[in-house]
Amino acid sequence: MNVSKEELLHIAKLANLNLKEEEVDNYLANLQDILNFAEVVNNAPVEGLGETIAANNNCNVFRKDEVVDFEDKEALLDNAPEQERNMFKIPKVIQ
Amino acid sequence: MSKEDYEVVIGLEVHAELSTKTKIFCSCPTTFGAEPNTHICPICTAMPGTLPVLNEKVVEYAVKAGLATNCEISKDSKNDRKNYFYPDLPKAYQISQFDKPLCEHGYIEIEDDDGNKKKVRLLRIHIEEDAGKLNHNEFGVGSLVDLNRAGVPLIEMVSEPDIRSSREAEQYLRKIKSILEYIEVSDCKMQEGSLRADVNVSVRKKGEEKFGTRTEMKNMNSFRAIVRAIEYEKDRQIEVLEEGGKIEQETLRWDDINGRTSSMRDKEDAQDYRYFPDPDLVAIRLSDEYVENIRKSLPELPESRRDRYIKEYNLSEKDAKLLTSSKYLSNLFEGALEICGNAKAVANWILSDISRILNEKELEPENIPFTAEQLAKMIQLIDKGTISSAIAKKVLTELFENPKDPEEIIKEKGWIQISDEGAIKEVVMKVLENNPQSVADFKGGKDKALGFLVGQAMKETKGKANPQMLNKMFLEELGN
Amino acid sequence: MEIIDLTVHELQEKLKSKEITVEEVTKAYADRIKEKEGDVQAFVTTLEDEAVEQAKSIQKDIEDGKITGDFAGIPIGIKDNMCTKGVKTTCSSKMLENFVAPYDATVVEKLNDEHLIDLGKLNMDEFAMGASTEYSAFKKTRNPWNLNTVPGGSSGGSAAAVAAGMVPWALGSDTGGSIRQPASFCGVVGLKPTYGLVSRFGLVAFASSLDQIGPITKDVTDSAMLLNLIAGHDEKDTTSENIPKKDYTKALKGDVKGLKIGIPKQYYGEGINEEVKAKLQEAIETYKKLGATVEEFSLDIADYALATYYIIACAEASSNLGRFDGIRYGYRTKNYESLKDIYKNSRSEGFGPEVKRRIILGTYVLSSGYYDAYYKKAQQVRTLVKKEFDEAFKKYDVLLTPTSPTVAFEVGTKSSNPLEMYLADICTVPVNIAGLPGISVPCGVNSKGMPIGMQLIGNRFEEEKILNAAYTFEQEIKFRENYKPEFKK
Repeated sequence: MNVSKEELLHIAKLANLNLKEEEVDNYLANLQDILNFAEVVNNAPVEGLGETIAANNNCNVFRKDEVVDFEDKEALLDNAPEQERNMFKIPKVIQ
Repeated sequence: MSKEDYEVVIGLEVHAELSTKTKIFCSCPTTFGAEPNTHICPICTAMPGTLPVLNEKVVEYAVKAGLATNCEISKDSKNDRKNYFYPDLPKAYQISQFDKPLCEHGYIEIEDDDGNKKKVRLLRIHIEEDAGKLNHNEFGVGSLVDLNRAGVPLIEMVSEPDIRSSREAEQYLRKIKSILEYIEVSDCKMQEGSLRADVNVSVRKKGEEKFGTRTEMKNMNSFRAIVRAIEYEKDRQIEVLEEGGKIEQETLRWDDINGRTSSMRDKEDAQDYRYFPDPDLVAIRLSDEYVENIRKSLPELPESRRDRYIKEYNLSEKDAKLLTSSKYLSNLFEGALEICGNAKAVANWILSDISRILNEKELEPENIPFTAEQLAKMIQLIDKGTISSAIAKKVLTELFENPKDPEEIIKEKGWIQISDEGAIKEVVMKVLENNPQSVADFKGGKDKALGFLVGQAMKETKGKANPQMLNKMFLEELGN
Repeated sequence: MEIIDLTVHELQEKLKSKEITVEEVTKAYADRIKEKEGDVQAFVTTLEDEAVEQAKSIQKDIEDGKITGDFAGIPIGIKDNMCTKGVKTTCSSKMLENFVAPYDATVVEKLNDEHLIDLGKLNMDEFAMGASTEYSAFKKTRNPWNLNTVPGGSSGGSAAAVAAGMVPWALGSDTGGSIRQPASFCGVVGLKPTYGLVSRFGLVAFASSLDQIGPITKDVTDSAMLLNLIAGHDEKDTTSENIPKKDYTKALKGDVKGLKIGIPKQYYGEGINEEVKAKLQEAIETYKKLGATVEEFSLDIADYALATYYIIACAEASSNLGRFDGIRYGYRTKNYESLKDIYKNSRSEGFGPEVKRRIILGTYVLSSGYYDAYYKKAQQVRTLVKKEFDEAFKKYDVLLTPTSPTVAFEVGTKSSNPLEMYLADICTVPVNIAGLPGISVPCGVNSKGMPIGMQLIGNRFEEEKILNAAYTFEQEIKFRENYKPEFKK
């Protein structure tokens, strides 16, 4: 599969990454290389096989609906680059 | 062509917050209105390394909702990640369900505009997590993120595009609200955002089979706004088409103050959510036994209550339907009935005066401030002759303002009916003495004069005299 | 023997007989870190002073009878992608350079419960993406056997620290070989447990369906002991299995008579270094001599497994790394006006090139139009890989392969070619895709004296079989007695 520069930029946008002009060619070549290599999955004899999501077959693992208060709430905001009135601060967002 | 040549096609995605004690993937409380970021933990703030564990009640409540809306319950379901960036979404993905929802292929019965029964098909019900909240500081320079709501469990109920008018849409929504309230999986408080809908609207020429291009209005949380928005959007789309234009598929914002829609998102920002199965959560495989146990635990649903009211209490179909349209009305009815035993009276009070006041105050049944017991007491006071219906209406108004024991209200306000014979006689004599002309008229055969005399007596007692006793005593005194 | 040359089970014996004290042990390691860190660069955060203080207090508590247990006061090093409350957890990324987790990972809790002493957080490839630890944003860890070569990765800091005697043992994490390959490069023992045996809660996710925490140790006995400490069901991780606890040291019988070993020929062919192949041949002969039956067979998934691995791992990573957005924690760009600037610039400046490369690949394979061709296909291949292994384990108890196609390579020789670096994982990734346990054990050195590792693969939850096979082999060839890292410059 051939990836165009536009596609790469679209993907970078979805992932919220900036690619500098001088990086684009390099990333494009890397992506192309890896995708070419990844193509082999299309040769695998997988007709009729289901998809494996997890490495094990657990199911129905649930939690009881009981409140457990997390004690150290302050620590949850301590890493914030900016906070105000106990909230995470960001530039104004107009909804 | 004219407006009448078009029909509107509506599909609704209803989001209801489930009334579980804890969030969907962590053990934080879900109560509304807490101080910012007090209901958070490493999991719902998406600290690196944390993992979700599904709340069993969320599955149970979603299955309840599915069974109450005639859905098939999936035997093989899973959680998927919906990836997008927004500050209220700490993981940068919402855990939702993509291709294997818990419930599918249900329906909800409403009446179309001609009064015929109609099924609106439910495509699916799936579970997902709510996002946090952005507080926009009017004066400050930034926005502030509060994650108390992040991870509150939601069900999303997606209808097929089967709805054909704003009135049907309102009915459908009221029906969903009523069902969810009956089965007690959501408190459906629209003003708190615990019930909200995304509304998809398109128009097409009548008789056309293909759907028109639709627009979507997200997060609507009042019936009135939804009805108005649909009407507006329908007219707008017809106008665009009539002028030879094309409808753009887009998300619109409903401006309730100015009563119009406007474009919301950058079109270049077309989303690609990159859904994929969440590898942190294992499959949900519900057994027949599990589903059957939930089916058995479902409370009596509105339709069944309606039929029972008609049969057991001789209510008209219309009254029974109105009473069961809301769990709160129906429970008020049953609760008051159990105490006072007077079905007709309870039904009448609910459907006439109580409903009128709700309307005037623009309140929903769940906002009725008084209890079934208080209503029952008021009816008992009428039945015992302690108060008249006229006084009862005043009591009811008072119950809405300042709910307490009706007996206390009438004592405080001095509204107890005068049924003491001596007191009544005193008033009667006084009125007869002051109105010789009317006495003469009555004796001269003008029966209407009696009414005047009774009225004067009522005035004298500020409405508190027992009207039957007054009548009787006047007739006695006038020698009939 | 000096303290830092002892294994943990040897330390335990000397502590029991009161030949040495807890304080002396920690002090010896603290000194060793001071001595060797300049050369090896294994740590992102060292806690040697705190550790010595802690050792003193534990020593006192032991003497006062307040705490007991065989592991009280044993030091350990932890890979820097496991959350430790109050100590930075950086994932060797600028993104988390100053991040202090508000909670302990489940494995860390387990170590704390047994009063182990944390010597520090170990270097790694950024977010565990890499095979040489060269993608760390902070430092390039060196291989103690030859300081011009890489220690492998991504748990390169853990493996190098164990090999250099800077920690007696360490925790690593393994998504596609990140415990086994560095263990092989550094001449130590690395075990990736069955997926679901060890809780992932608190392990900063790279690829959720593949990640697993495991021990990196000096010998197989220590590996079994550390596995005893960290294994077990955790209600906070729904993918963790609820199975009875085992004592893995009991499996170390020193006897492989009748053990059926399968040799998947695909891992002995082209692309595998000749010296590595030769050493593996010797290992096979050793097992035969010890009474195991050895048979070559064909494992027909070798070609697809690596491609599948990169599709799945990158897809999951692209989603797992979305949370690093500069809002609640982590790096925030200085260069912003809008929210969009915060997102784009924080992520572009905070992530290194390899992480960005994988996010881009992962986003691509999940994006609309490509999902079916890549991600969905890869999930099907995953089913195929599991099936093939199931078939193999009907015939064999364990499978034997090289851990890595090569020995440790020189610093800077592969980091510019991502695909070449990926190929280094060819022998290890199928194990993660199928969720199996795998252990890497040293089986000799090459002509330049660099260690060569062999990998034993077991069926799900059959850690005991591979541990016993590894242990029996280890007893036979006595690698630690014959070879030692020389810190060649």
